[in-house]
Amino acid sequence: MNEIPVLTIALLVPLLGAAIIMGLPATQDKWIKGTAATSTLVSLILSIAVLLAYDRAAGGMQFVETIPWIKDLGVNYALGVDGISIPMLLLTNLIGFSSIYASWNIADRVKEFFALLLILIAGVMGTFITTDLFIFFLFYEVVVIPIYLLVIMFGSTKRVSKEYAGMKLTIYLLIGSAFLLAGLIALFIQAQAISGVPSMDMAFLATLEYSTSFQIIVFAFMAFGFGTLLSMFPFHAWSPDGYAGAPTAVSMIHAGVLKKIGGYGLIRIALTILPAGAAVIAPIIAVLALGNIVYAAYICLSQKDLKYIVGYSSVSHMGYVLVGIAALNLISINGAVIMMFAHGVMAALFFAMIGNLYEKSHTRNIEDFGGLAHQMPKLTAGFMIAGLASLGLPGMVNFIGEFTIFVGAFGTYRVITILAISGIVFTALYVLRALGRMLFGPRNEKWDHLQDLKGVEMVPLVVLGLAIFMGGFLPFTLMDLITNGVRDLIAQIGMLQIGGLL
Amino acid sequence: MDFSILGAEILIALLGLAVLVLGLSLPGKAQKYVNGLALTGLGLVLIYLIISFSKGANLFNGVYQIDLYGNYFKILFLSAGILVMLMAGTYIKRFEEKSSEFYGLMILATLGMMLMVSAGEFITLYVGLELMTISFYILTAYLKSDKLSGEAGLKYLILGAVSSAILLFGISLVYASLGTTNFIEIGASFTSSSAVIAGVVMIIAGFAFKVSVVPFHMWTPDIYQGAPIPVTTYLSVGSKAAGFAALVRVFMVAVDVSDPVFNWSLLLAVLAAVTIIIGNLIALSQKDIKRLLAYSSIAQAGYILVGVTAANSFGLKGVLFYALIYVFANVGAFAVATAVEVDTGRTDIEAFAGLSKRSPLLAAIMTICMLSLAGIPPMAGFAGKFYLFAGAIQSGYLWLALIGLIMSMVSVYYYLGVSKAMYIGENSYEAPLSLGSGSTVALWVCVLATILLGVYPGPLSELAGAAIQILL
Repeated sequence: MNEIPVLTIALLVPLLGAAIIMGLPATQDKWIKGTAATSTLVSLILSIAVLLAYDRAAGGMQFVETIPWIKDLGVNYALGVDGISIPMLLLTNLIGFSSIYASWNIADRVKEFFALLLILIAGVMGTFITTDLFIFFLFYEVVVIPIYLLVIMFGSTKRVSKEYAGMKLTIYLLIGSAFLLAGLIALFIQAQAISGVPSMDMAFLATLEYSTSFQIIVFAFMAFGFGTLLSMFPFHAWSPDGYAGAPTAVSMIHAGVLKKIGGYGLIRIALTILPAGAAVIAPIIAVLALGNIVYAAYICLSQKDLKYIVGYSSVSHMGYVLVGIAALNLISINGAVIMMFAHGVMAALFFAMIGNLYEKSHTRNIEDFGGLAHQMPKLTAGFMIAGLASLGLPGMVNFIGEFTIFVGAFGTYRVITILAISGIVFTALYVLRALGRMLFGPRNEKWDHLQDLKGVEMVPLVVLGLAIFMGGFLPFTLMDLITNGVRDLIAQIGMLQIGGLL
Repeated sequence: MDFSILGAEILIALLGLAVLVLGLSLPGKAQKYVNGLALTGLGLVLIYLIISFSKGANLFNGVYQIDLYGNYFKILFLSAGILVMLMAGTYIKRFEEKSSEFYGLMILATLGMMLMVSAGEFITLYVGLELMTISFYILTAYLKSDKLSGEAGLKYLILGAVSSAILLFGISLVYASLGTTNFIEIGASFTSSSAVIAGVVMIIAGFAFKVSVVPFHMWTPDIYQGAPIPVTTYLSVGSKAAGFAALVRVFMVAVDVSDPVFNWSLLLAVLAAVTIIIGNLIALSQKDIKRLLAYSSIAQAGYILVGVTAANSFGLKGVLFYALIYVFANVGAFAVATAVEVDTGRTDIEAFAGLSKRSPLLAAIMTICMLSLAGIPPMAGFAGKFYLFAGAIQSGYLWLALIGLIMSMVSVYYYLGVSKAMYIGENSYEAPLSLGSGSTVALWVCVLATILLGVYPGPLSELAGAAIQILL
């Protein structure tokens, strides 16, 4: 432990920022925003450093930190990152950093807003960098309450009230987490019965042999818990309403990274520890995923509110991730991870642009707009990048994700994959229709007073746009890393043969 | 005989009597010194108990047991008592000239709890229980000019007397069948004759009343609402913990849980499940903070009962752990409610509207305490529930754990309802709330303990683990 605990620092800096903000007087807007921006910037730099310093040849868990925490439960404060968690860590901080700037114009209750937002960012980060099941769950639930408070205090009431949206979001996720927790405890008890020592270490739990029936039950519990968070059909109803009610920063973080905890948990915990259960339940997940892809895309076609379009489209995109996970092979899981990253930056950019537009025009109804490209060229560029990424245009990171998933999944689920690919057509349809209606066409005099993006408002566009193109043109920057992580994981559970594609 | 072993009990008894006598004999203005004496005295006894924590003895042929288990709970009662007295500071003005008797009765109730948890046989247990309950009858009706308080006192008296009678009947049935009231001797000769089964069922019913387990919970909301808030608080944390402490000792020592004839643990499991479900569901529709916390305390009793059902290391550790952190969370929540009631004279949830603007700290503390009650990490309630439900799953009650977990997530709805009022509600009150120094101290202790024990529960769980060794 002579090395610098990089991960702990990255985790604690936002919390420290939150503590400082709570101590600042409420009138010091500039200082509060500055503190928030600085602390997320530090975390972002640290996570880029981790990405660069990670030894790809060696692989496995690196930057490991372990401190015994609760003895009788075998809990350690254990941090570590591998090829799967680094992209997620990076994603969290990219979006966290951008979300601060996307909320730069908040004027009321600034102090509460940024303190809660920083706690939220730290909580999300924690889930991705811990290797201990208990600590994972701790962070997983820590994020729920700041989100609730942020939604009811700073959200917007349109089709549903923000109170309703906040509570729906919270209760859905908590009920899901109840099943998850029941599964985790059952796993812990069973592992203790088998091995004789209490342990919450994910890697250790994965080495034990559980009976198949046990694995199926616990995997089902976890799939329900994680699936709810990932807005798996039919447990997705919280997602569009929640995003619509939430303030911009929360929509960005929620759709961008928080949802991904569900996919990450499925891969890192459920799949790794309970492979036999996964083999039985995966086909069910694949079928449900089709519900996500096709059903949510259909709904998108009839939406008029921008946030609902992106909300349902994120439900639809999560279907691809689920198909990737359910196909249970190296390529498809690779694709699922890269897709989570890709969708994260894309959705966050989308919500940042919508938030900016809504702030200025006080409407999100696409039919109210037209020809915005005349008044707001930069905003239009942002919308177009996000939109084209969303429909999987080559050159953007999303294309890499979708393509990899389809290649990986085709061998396992032919019909489902073909149907899933058809989802891309719908996506193109609703995205292009909405953006075309809004951004192009004759100039609308009504919106002449709108100011284009300027100053700090550009930060989300630049940061997230860059990530989209970087991932698209130089996919190997992340792809190698992810392959590394997924290969380790699959080797550990001996599924290479099941996959059959390597 | 070495009386220092009984030091805590003797000192508390003397302190209670001294406070009562001094309160009567001293002139009005000197009353506040009596109150100070009560607090200091309790604080000193608490320190004494912590120092002599590891002492153990078997007194009077097993009638009275001094052990880690008992000492753990005694520390809990004293801490709760001190916190409640601290937070009562601003409220106490309503008692007019009678504040010292309030302290005296609180101390005597504490003594009753201490006797209950150390009792090694039923008669002593019963005496302790009655000492506690009778003190609470008076305390409940302490607001003389308030009709609700008087009504609550009378209700509590009548229903409490009935439940005591049932408990006594149960004890007599057990004594008649087995010829002893000593827990260890009962445990050694336990047979599942129908008389013994009926007796133990009645004993369970008696305890279930005290800790407000469904279907014996009917008294709880009315009495919680009518009683002065500090009394409600102590009733909810102290009386409940004492009931559970005694119940666990009876069950682990006297009753053969793995009895093939009668499935005791299934009986407890069903009671726990029903309690959790009904408590939480009724709490959903409450508009008054006291009634809300009353139903929440019913649900909390259900969670603790899950640990008793499990009757294994995790479950019992959970009972001890949860009972303590419940003190902090509940006292914290009630302390904020007290501050609001003193300021606005209201106890409905609307009165909390806008609190986050008036007193941001109070709103944050209320939210944290509520979240701990709901079992959301990183508050202490989560670690407590983790132990309780881990115990249940280890004993094969996956369904019970699932019910408990789902209902605790449902409970978030009503706990957050209060937060919602505080953070986005609006009403006509604007000035910041004033807090006495005592309440401030109590609030900080509660909120820090709630967070620290949630983030780093290791040491406390080891302590709880050591305390239950004697029962396993």
